[in-house]
Order: sequence, then C-alpha cells, then structure tokens
Amino acid sequence: MTDISSEISHNWASSNARSRISRRYRRDRWLRNTGVGAIVVAMGLLGILLTSLAFTGYVAFTTTKVKLEVFLDPAKVDRNEPGKASYRNLVREAFLANFPELKKRKNKREAIKILSSGAQYILRDKVMDEPELVGQTISVLLPLSDPFDQLYKGVVPRRINALARNRIASFESLKQRGLISVENGSSYLSLAIVVGPAILKNPKRGPLKKIMRRAFAELFSGETGRVNYKILSRDAVKILQARIRKDVNFAGDKLQVKLPISPIYDALNRTGKAEKLNPRFKSEKVLDLFDALVTRGMIASPFSWELFVNSDSRFPELAGLAGAFSGSLLALLVCFLISFPVGISAAVYLEEFAPKNKFSDFIEVNINNLAAVPSVVFGLLGLAVFIGFLGMPRSVPLVGGLVLALMTLPTIIVSTRAALKSVPPSIREAALGVGASKHEVVLHHVLPLAMPGILTGTIIGLAQALGETAPLLLIGMNAFIPSIENVGLLDPATALPTQIFTWGDSPERGFVSRTSAAILVLIGFLVTMNLLAIYLRQKFETKW
Amino acid sequence: MLFKKILKFAGTALTIAVVANAAEAREIKIVGSSTVYPYTQAVAEEFARSGGAAPTVESTGTGGGMKIFCQGIGEQYPDITGASRAMKASEKALCDKNGVSDISEVLIGYDGLSIANSREGDAMDLTKVQIYQALAAKVPVDGKLVDNPYETWSDIDADLPDVAIIAYGPPPTSGTRDAFVELVFHEVCKNGELEFWKNAKSTLDKKAFKKMYSADCTSMRQDGPFIEAGENDNLIVQRLNADPDAVGIFGYSFLYENLDSLQPVAISGVEPDLDTIGDGSYGIARPLYFYIKNAHRKVIVGMQEFIAQYVSDDAMGPEGYLSERGLVVLPEAELKASQSAAIDAKMM
Repeated sequence: MTDISSEISHNWASSNARSRISRRYRRDRWLRNTGVGAIVVAMGLLGILLTSLAFTGYVAFTTTKVKLEVFLDPAKVDRNEPGKASYRNLVREAFLANFPELKKRKNKREAIKILSSGAQYILRDKVMDEPELVGQTISVLLPLSDPFDQLYKGVVPRRINALARNRIASFESLKQRGLISVENGSSYLSLAIVVGPAILKNPKRGPLKKIMRRAFAELFSGETGRVNYKILSRDAVKILQARIRKDVNFAGDKLQVKLPISPIYDALNRTGKAEKLNPRFKSEKVLDLFDALVTRGMIASPFSWELFVNSDSRFPELAGLAGAFSGSLLALLVCFLISFPVGISAAVYLEEFAPKNKFSDFIEVNINNLAAVPSVVFGLLGLAVFIGFLGMPRSVPLVGGLVLALMTLPTIIVSTRAALKSVPPSIREAALGVGASKHEVVLHHVLPLAMPGILTGTIIGLAQALGETAPLLLIGMNAFIPSIENVGLLDPATALPTQIFTWGDSPERGFVSRTSAAILVLIGFLVTMNLLAIYLRQKFETKW
Repeated sequence: MLFKKILKFAGTALTIAVVANAAEAREIKIVGSSTVYPYTQAVAEEFARSGGAAPTVESTGTGGGMKIFCQGIGEQYPDITGASRAMKASEKALCDKNGVSDISEVLIGYDGLSIANSREGDAMDLTKVQIYQALAAKVPVDGKLVDNPYETWSDIDADLPDVAIIAYGPPPTSGTRDAFVELVFHEVCKNGELEFWKNAKSTLDKKAFKKMYSADCTSMRQDGPFIEAGENDNLIVQRLNADPDAVGIFGYSFLYENLDSLQPVAISGVEPDLDTIGDGSYGIARPLYFYIKNAHRKVIVGMQEFIAQYVSDDAMGPEGYLSERGLVVLPEAELKASQSAAIDAKMM
C-alpha cells in the first residue's frame, strides 16, 4: 500500500498524473473562456442594439430643407406688428415662384405639400426676431414635409413592386406554357376562343367579353386562387372584335387569337420587373417638381438642431426633444430633492443610531424588498395617492418626481449604508476620542468621507429614474406638449422615455428614425451620468 | 457645506416654481381615444402656433377618457374627450350623475380599419364572412357552432390562396379591437349572413339573439392563427414585413404611411383609401367624435377658439391639415352639421 501511494505522489511523469494535470488546466481555461465568452455575448448584444439604433436613427440627425428666397414685402408684413402677417401666403408664393409652369390650383396645392406645414411658422419666428429684415429679400432654409424628407434620405422608395406574389405566379404559369409571346415590342397572350355563329355574325363587345373571360379562366382550371383577369389588357375585347370582323369568312368554332396583355404585365414579361409609383406620393408630377429642386441645388440636408431645440410636434420633421428634456430634468430635480435628503437621513439613522433588534431588521428587509418592486407599482401608488387622494394635477413633473423618488429611495438608502459602513471605525473612534458628540462624528467626519460612495449611488439611482417609463405613463406624463413656453413643476410635461414611447407609437414614417435617435440621446444621457458617477468615485474616493 | 448649499438653492427654486405656477389660469385639457389623439394633437399644435395657450392632450383610450371626462365639472376635470365610437348610454348616465349634462357631440370624420399584408405576399380580396370564418373563436360548420377548424385561407374558400391563416391584431383592451369585432363579426352574425345565424335570428326573440351573438360572436380565436400583437401598430407593420404570409389588422393611418411595403386586403372588392372610407363603400370604417363639456366653455380661456379651430375648414375640411394626417374627412353636409354643433354648443 505504502508503495503504491509513494509511487503516485512522486511519479509526476506517469500518464495518469499528466492527464490529471492537463484536465485541471483545461478546466481553468474553460472557466476563463466562459467568462470571456459571457463578456463577448453581452458586448455583442449591446453592440447589436446600438448599431441597429444608430442605423435607423442616424437619418433623424439631419433635416431635409429647401432654400427659398422670400421677399418680405412691407405691404404685407408690418414692421411694427410682424406677427400679424400671413406667412402662409408668403411661403407659398416664394415656393411656387420656382415653378411658374404650374397654373392649375390643384397642381399648386399638390406642389405646396412638398413643404412642411410648419414652414410658415419658422419664417414668422425669424421675422419676429429680426423685424429689420422687412423690405428685404431673405434666403431661408425651410423643412420639407415628412414623405419628401424620407424620400430624400432614401428611407422610402420612389417606386415599388406593382404586383403581388400570386399575381406574378399566375402570369408565370402562362409563360411557362408558352402562351406569352412578344411581337413589335409588346407582349401577347395566345388564347383559343370558342365562338358561336350568332356571335360571329354580330360580334358585340359585351357577350364577347364574357366568352373571352371564360376561355381565359379555363387556362387556370384545377389551380387554387382567384382567376387574375387583369392580365388581359383593357383593349383585348376591342382587338378580338376587330379580329372577328376581319375574319368574316371564319369557319369552325375555335378561334386562335393573340390578345394584348395589360401594360404592367407587359413590363413584367419584357423587363422582368413591374413597378409603380409609391402610393404614398400623389403623382409622378410632384416628384418631378421635387427632382427639379434637387437638380437646382435648392435641397440641403443640414444637421437637425430641431431635434434638440424644438418641442414635440405632430409633424416628424418638426418634432424635437426640448419638451421632454425639460420635463425629465424637472422630474429628476424633484426626485433628487426628495430622495437624496430622505435617503441619507434614513441610512444614517439605520447605520449609526438604530438599535439592533427585530424591528430594525424588519425595516431593513423591507427596504431591500422595496428596491425590487417593479416600477409600475410605484406608478399605481402615485396615481392613487398623489393624484387620487391628494388631488394633485395629472401629467405634471412634480408628481412624476415624487413617484420617481419613491423608486429611487431604496437604491440611495442601500448605497448610502454601504458607503457609511466602509468608513473605518477608527475614524469614528478617533473623533469620539477627542470629545466629538455623535452628531459631530456623523456630520463632520463619517458623512463627508462616505460622500463619494453616496453620490455614486445617487447618480446611478437617478439614471435609473431617468430611464423609467411605466410609472410616468400611469400618471399621465406622456402628454403632448407642442410648446415649451410654460415650463414648471405644475405644468403638464412629458419625459424622455415617455416621449420615445409616444413617438414609437406614431404612424408617420419620420418618427421611426426619430424614435431611434431619441433612444440614442437617452442612452447618451445615461452614459454621461454613469461616467460622472465613476469620475466622482475616482476623484474623491479615500483609500485607507 | 456644499451639500447644504445645494439643498438651500434647490429649495428656493422649488418655491419659486410653485408660486409662479399657481397664479396662471389653466390651459385646455383633452383626454380620450388614441385614434383621435393624433388629430387633436395636430389641432393643438396649430392652435399653440397661432398664439393660443398650448392645450394638454393625453391619450387615455376612449373608455378611459369618458371615465375621467364624466367625473364632474371643475378645473381638475378635462374639457374635451375624444372617442372612436359614440358615447354609450352608461357613460352618459355617469356624466349626468356627476352633473356633466350639457355636452356637445362633434363628429370629426371617419377612420378605416385596414387589413393588410406585405407586398411580397399574395394580393387578397376577402368578404366579411370569410374574415369572420378565419378569425372567430367559434364558427358554424354543418349547422353547429364549433371551435374554428380552418387552418388555411383555401379551407374557407378554394378561390383564396393556399396559405396558413396568420393574423396579427390588437389586444382586447384596444378600441381598434372593439371596432373590428363590432364591424366585422357582429355584422356578419347580426345580419344572419351565414345559415346558422340566420336560423338563430329567426327563431330567437331579439333579446335572446343579442345575448347569443354577444356571447358567441365576439371572441377572436385563441388556437394560434390570431396573434395579439400589443397596442403598438408599428410592431404589426414590422412583423408583416418579415412574414409575407401574415395579415395584420390596424388603423388606416398606419397602412397609409406604409403603403410602400404593405398592400391592403380588399373587402368585397373595395380597397381602403380616403375616398372609399369617406363614402362608406369600404366596409370597415368607424366614426370619430369629440365631446365638449359646455359648462367649461366660458371659464377656460381659449376653449371656444380652440373648438372653432378644430372644426374649421382648414383643419377638418376636404383639404385641411387633418386629412394630411390620414383623417377621412366628412362629406359637405355632415361637415356643416358638425361645425354648427361644435360652435353653437348644441346639447346632445
């Protein structure tokens, strides 16, 4: 026995021992690689999220604009009362001056829709800012309406496929049977039509059409799906009629004819694709006008400051985040003012004064539980207590901030306690030793030393609150605020995440990229706040 | 200490903000249907731009809006609520109970519910009966109501494409879902378009028949082909683009904005567009309303002007800016009636 054990403990070169050692190293490597793998997966997912956001969102950081020369006619704009003039007409005239060829009212009306309906207000605000411009011809950049903005950015196509899958399939089945031919540059369908003598004598279009359709439908007998009569050109009956009239001497009952097919299928047959105008645009004409503006160099796509300085709008090209910024900021201010002092006081009491008994354990457990409560519950609480019971108004940042404070409190208490705990007892003892009272120990020594940790926890709690949506929706902080003139704790407002929520739910195409852009801005804010937390920790942290 | 200074500063700021706010009169408050919301938003924006105080518009859903609206008269209650259906008798009773009896009803226009699929998929033309057969939880087969057996569209009618039925639609909390059930299912059952329902209609008395169809002709199927896709219609649009065989049910404005990638399913040969929804030839359209609390008109600054802006030809008219946002505008006579009801505070 002893022989064997001494052999094992000493013979490191034996194959058994070697395989054991390599297995242990393998397991080390495995653990390490799993960790690396986990980080790669996490970073990869984050990367996918950010790239997809950046990919859809980047177009929202520019706005397509047209450069217009506007003559501020003193007869139309009163220098002393510039707000009263009809800027709608000024913009209209300046825009239509580029297209003197448009005469009909309908065409003009269609053309003017290239411009954003908010263009007039941009001109108005400019003139009201600088009334001395009246009498001059000024050059202004005015935004385009959403469909044209999206067209210029390449988000929506100009032309789309005209035919659905089953329509193409029905045509392909004819083609495969060799029934489609091309003559003189247009496509024809060979059809065998049974014509009775009565029709031959008097080929009226009505009955002929019925016969023709019946013969056409027979080509698809045995197949599922509705017969696609639209393959036949509208002129087919006319051609058939002419053919029968020409062939008066036609004897027999089966007539082999080549009938024209409708232009869209003709295009599909000859070029392989059938396209039509994107139905979002009213006509080719208006797109031609737009192209003319582009070739004349009047269209530009500058950086969209509107995204940051405008408040919300129904029109995506005008919508911005300013209202959401101010709402979020006010709500966060309220949240900070309440949760910071209350959180610190609670933590100081629990850490420094509270006796260790069942009751304080109970409180501690509850605070930890509170940190895990879903935020929507706080929203419901806010709705019931602040709005329902206390009668506070809906949609206001004060209530939003109160609800967010409830949510942030546990985070701050927990992190403050951890920070207080990390202050070494020697500091407290030294202070007590030179005769400081309890409050002097806490306020003069422990708290300032714990401050970096407390601030870090607070900033992270606030960052969480900044991204919170559900409680704000419940208390109505998703109101539509088209102007940022009234900003206050009791004025209805919206917040960044709820703004993203409402934009994401809007049908207009421009809001798709606007939503992604807003998410990027929000993420930017969160990153900045977290960086600030890291900076504070690095800068003020005391090492013992 | 810095901490004390921050507190002091913030406390002052808070006091100033609260005091400054209390002195101002309240702006117009609007709640209600999410379908009416974008139109109200557009009017509110226009109103704010032309110098009025910006109204607060919040989307609460039709039912939710009615509940808040009917709570009473006074500054804390909203002035206007939007609705994607007419006010129910029970809601009117609630209003009356709380002293909100002088209400004006204003018809804004129409909204079409569209059924659409990807342009990569098959073009379809369905009847309401076929849609009912494809999506209802229980359908009549051989004279009996059974759990929906249809799996592909061609099971219902050989003329339809041979693809599995997959439909994305709104959840039960949505007004769009209510409207869909009412305008498609109930209409099929109520009008006795299928033999089974025809028999039921002729044998049962009116009350019992109503009870029967509201019980058995209201649920969407739960066995897979109908998928609830949440309140966000843009999500449905994305899923349709990913799956050419699926159809989606949503408001017309979402179809209108996405016509480059989606094609409408025709209902009995009629495709939805502004004309067919407006003249009623497209079968699945509903009226949109807003309700005005007349007692607030004189008290809330700018309310009368806001209402006038809402019903003006510039907004609601045939070339108005609401039609650009996808509202199906009213025919001439109805428009005039709406305008006078709104401006003259006609009591409903």
